[in-house]
Amino acid sequence: MTEIKLPELGEGIEKATVSYWYFQVGQQVKEGEDLVELATDKATFNLPSPATGRLKEVLSQDGDEVKVGQVMGAIE
Amino acid sequence: MTQSLLTQPYQRGSPKLHEKSIRCRLIDLGLIDYGASFSLQKELLASIKNKTSLDALIFCEHPHTFTLGRLSKKDNILCGEEGIKKRGISVNRVDRGGEVTYHGPGQLVVYPIFNLSHYKKDLKFYLDTLENVIIATLLKCNVHAEKRPSFRGAWIDGKKIASIGIAVHHWITCHGLALNVNTDLSYFSMIRPCGLDITMTSIESVLGNTNDISKVKQVMLDNFVKSFNLEIMEGGK
Repeated sequence: MTEIKLPELGEGIEKATVSYWYFQVGQQVKEGEDLVELATDKATFNLPSPATGRLKEVLSQDGDEVKVGQVMGAIE
Repeated sequence: MTQSLLTQPYQRGSPKLHEKSIRCRLIDLGLIDYGASFSLQKELLASIKNKTSLDALIFCEHPHTFTLGRLSKKDNILCGEEGIKKRGISVNRVDRGGEVTYHGPGQLVVYPIFNLSHYKKDLKFYLDTLENVIIATLLKCNVHAEKRPSFRGAWIDGKKIASIGIAVHHWITCHGLALNVNTDLSYFSMIRPCGLDITMTSIESVLGNTNDISKVKQVMLDNFVKSFNLEIMEGGK
């Protein structure tokens, strides 16, 4: 199982808001595909999937605030 | 703020940041429909990701358009469907950060499609550098703008003259900035720009005369070249 974590986005940026999951729980996703879009400041950041597999769970929903390093979901 | 401070290259991080120039295509689209320019951005982004294109710098103007960021609230458009139709404005929801904004003739729009892996994978670095480019460009046009803490863009006496909104895929940027040169500012009163109760301004309003947008474009290009250490390849791939 691979955890989906919010990576470092830049100096002094400690959090972001989940704005859009490109996949639903249960769907297959390939490593490198856009998985979740995050909004911070005047930017949206598209996090690529860290692994190929099934999106097992989504812990942070659209509109939720997440901190750098926080687990937002998992791929198995 | 002095010009030397504004135009200084980025100091933090790797000292190698500006040693090697980055080859970049210059694409000047003139007046173009928002949707067409957006499709081009997406195509370029995919090509840059596949390493079949150089980074690109797109300059353009749009016909009257409102765009809403992913998290924008529709009630920040104040005029209703009828007002939008009456003034021939198209409305687009897009995948950038930020709230609602207006694009129209007389506004210089720049979409840098840059691979931030060449510089620094840091959204703050990129947004800060875009602001520096705008402020240095305005200074060269005799307009003294400044940054405002917590409010991105460029400001003059509490009025906003330029806006920023970007999206990043695989650390490659799209969307960008919009600078009001000779913009008809009345369109901004139909929205809450950036979701805020603010007044917009333009170079024309500040200086009291109409300005040649192509000259502002050239100054902006020079500042992009300086700040991002670009080697411009006109029409290159």
